[in-house]
Amino acid sequence: MQIYLPIAEVSVNAFLLLGLGGMVGILSGMFGVGGGFLMTPLLFFIGIPPAVAVATEANQIVASSFSGVLAHLRRKTVDLKMGTVLLVGGLIGAAVGVVIFNYLKSLGQVDLLVTLCYVVFLGVIGSLMFVESLRALRRVKKGTGGPAKRRQRGWVHSLPLKMRFRTSGLYISVIPPVVVGLCVGILSAIMGVGGGFIMVPAMIYLLGMPTKVVVGTSLFQIIFVTAFTTMLHATTNYTVDIVLAVLLLVGGVIGAQIGTVIGARMPAEQLRVLLAALVLVVCGKLALDLLLEPSELYSLGASGGH
Amino acid sequence: MMVRAFFAALCLMCLPAAAAEEQVVLGLSQDRVAITANFDGSEILIFGAIKREAPIPEGPPVEVIVALAGPSEPITVRRKARRLGIWVNTDSVLVDLAPSFYAVATSAPFDDIITDTEDLRYRISIERAIRSVGAAMNIQGAQDFAEAVVRIRESEDLYSIRENTVAVDEQTLFRTSVAMPADLTEGDYVARIFLTRGGEVVSRYETTIDVRKVGLERFLYTMSREQPVWYGLMSLVIAIVAGWGASTAFRLLREK
Repeated sequence: MQIYLPIAEVSVNAFLLLGLGGMVGILSGMFGVGGGFLMTPLLFFIGIPPAVAVATEANQIVASSFSGVLAHLRRKTVDLKMGTVLLVGGLIGAAVGVVIFNYLKSLGQVDLLVTLCYVVFLGVIGSLMFVESLRALRRVKKGTGGPAKRRQRGWVHSLPLKMRFRTSGLYISVIPPVVVGLCVGILSAIMGVGGGFIMVPAMIYLLGMPTKVVVGTSLFQIIFVTAFTTMLHATTNYTVDIVLAVLLLVGGVIGAQIGTVIGARMPAEQLRVLLAALVLVVCGKLALDLLLEPSELYSLGASGGH
Repeated sequence: MMVRAFFAALCLMCLPAAAAEEQVVLGLSQDRVAITANFDGSEILIFGAIKREAPIPEGPPVEVIVALAGPSEPITVRRKARRLGIWVNTDSVLVDLAPSFYAVATSAPFDDIITDTEDLRYRISIERAIRSVGAAMNIQGAQDFAEAVVRIRESEDLYSIRENTVAVDEQTLFRTSVAMPADLTEGDYVARIFLTRGGEVVSRYETTIDVRKVGLERFLYTMSREQPVWYGLMSLVIAIVAGWGASTAFRLLREK
């Protein structure tokens, strides 16, 4: 069944969108990731204009994270104070990101910017995860037990403007969380991702937050930052396609539930190798598009008028 | 015989008003195309008759050309080049008159039934229908950009020339159908019908077909442009409700 997307102005198969949503949903349920970093490139591949894909994905992430945040709030695994500090940085970052996005859009380079960001981030994260999980696999085989517990007490703790975060049991400067939030906000606006894949490692290794509050707190920040990003894209670029978002969402939510069940039955280390391989494949495809001579050197774009 | 043919030719040459001798009476299967949520293209049947006060003139038979053009809007054409090992957009040219959709249907091979001069005057062929100005002088081969527009849109079935697809009966009745693809731009589509004899246009007729998003599509599109703040908020609320609703429904289903 073909469906005409009012904002993207393309006609696509509704079941393809539901299926894509479902597939990414299964993966996000299996691996416990947001899935935005997979969904946005997939939307490029099926012919959704990148500007619409990024803005719509932001809208979808708000919705798909919503029930997660509720669950974490009920379990009291959200550090609201830390979340708010991250959020302040995130909102500034999102605004900066949208300004950069619109500026490059007027230059006709926004596709390049988005693709480059994806290649760099997917490449780095994918390789790190791949190496990490291979090592973990080997450790499991040798049976030497889990990784050593790490708690950094480096330069992060010597910065001024200290604040007490009770839920996380931390007394640290607000500068690192604001900067982390800022970076994630910029990425969210440019790449149409929640940014959990950057924020979660940063919270654990850089800020030294306890693992049990990390996911809830990052979701709390993501939901507001992506909502803000959605509003910015909707008011400056008119690129949020609600029909597209709802179709992806319905597929995604159902997929995530199935994915959670599958994930619980598979060994964690092997799952992570799989995810890493998947991330690297998407990265490789995007990189090839940049490196190989395209069959059509010309492209058409609406003249922005500004 | 010779005199009459000469007289007819003379009339055609001196006054285009002689065109009034043969007039198009047109019918359309639809003069509106509604883009709805499940729109996946449309086919428009264009048919008509040639009205004459006098008997059918001697000489070459009448031929029919139907040109259907979507709304024109300026487009930026960008060209990629290799920079630092990767392919990036480098040059751009503004093509200021390019219909979003253009289909030409003819009753015989295009070059046989219309002269280049007439084509130039009425801008019928695809190459003539798009025009580029404002190409910066420092860009090599600005013409390549206009050609790229034609090439890309032809590959997307947005531009097409369909020769021998107009059926003409007894030099009086003609009909053709034009298929329009699913990704249409909305606006006024202009259908032009030309009657030619011996390469000269003897009569023409113009009408518009209204292509509009309707219903939900119309509502969402208008709202996103005119009330972007409310549209953004609405998108968030709808998405949250849909996501939360779907996950709750699914959880309830599984708990049963």
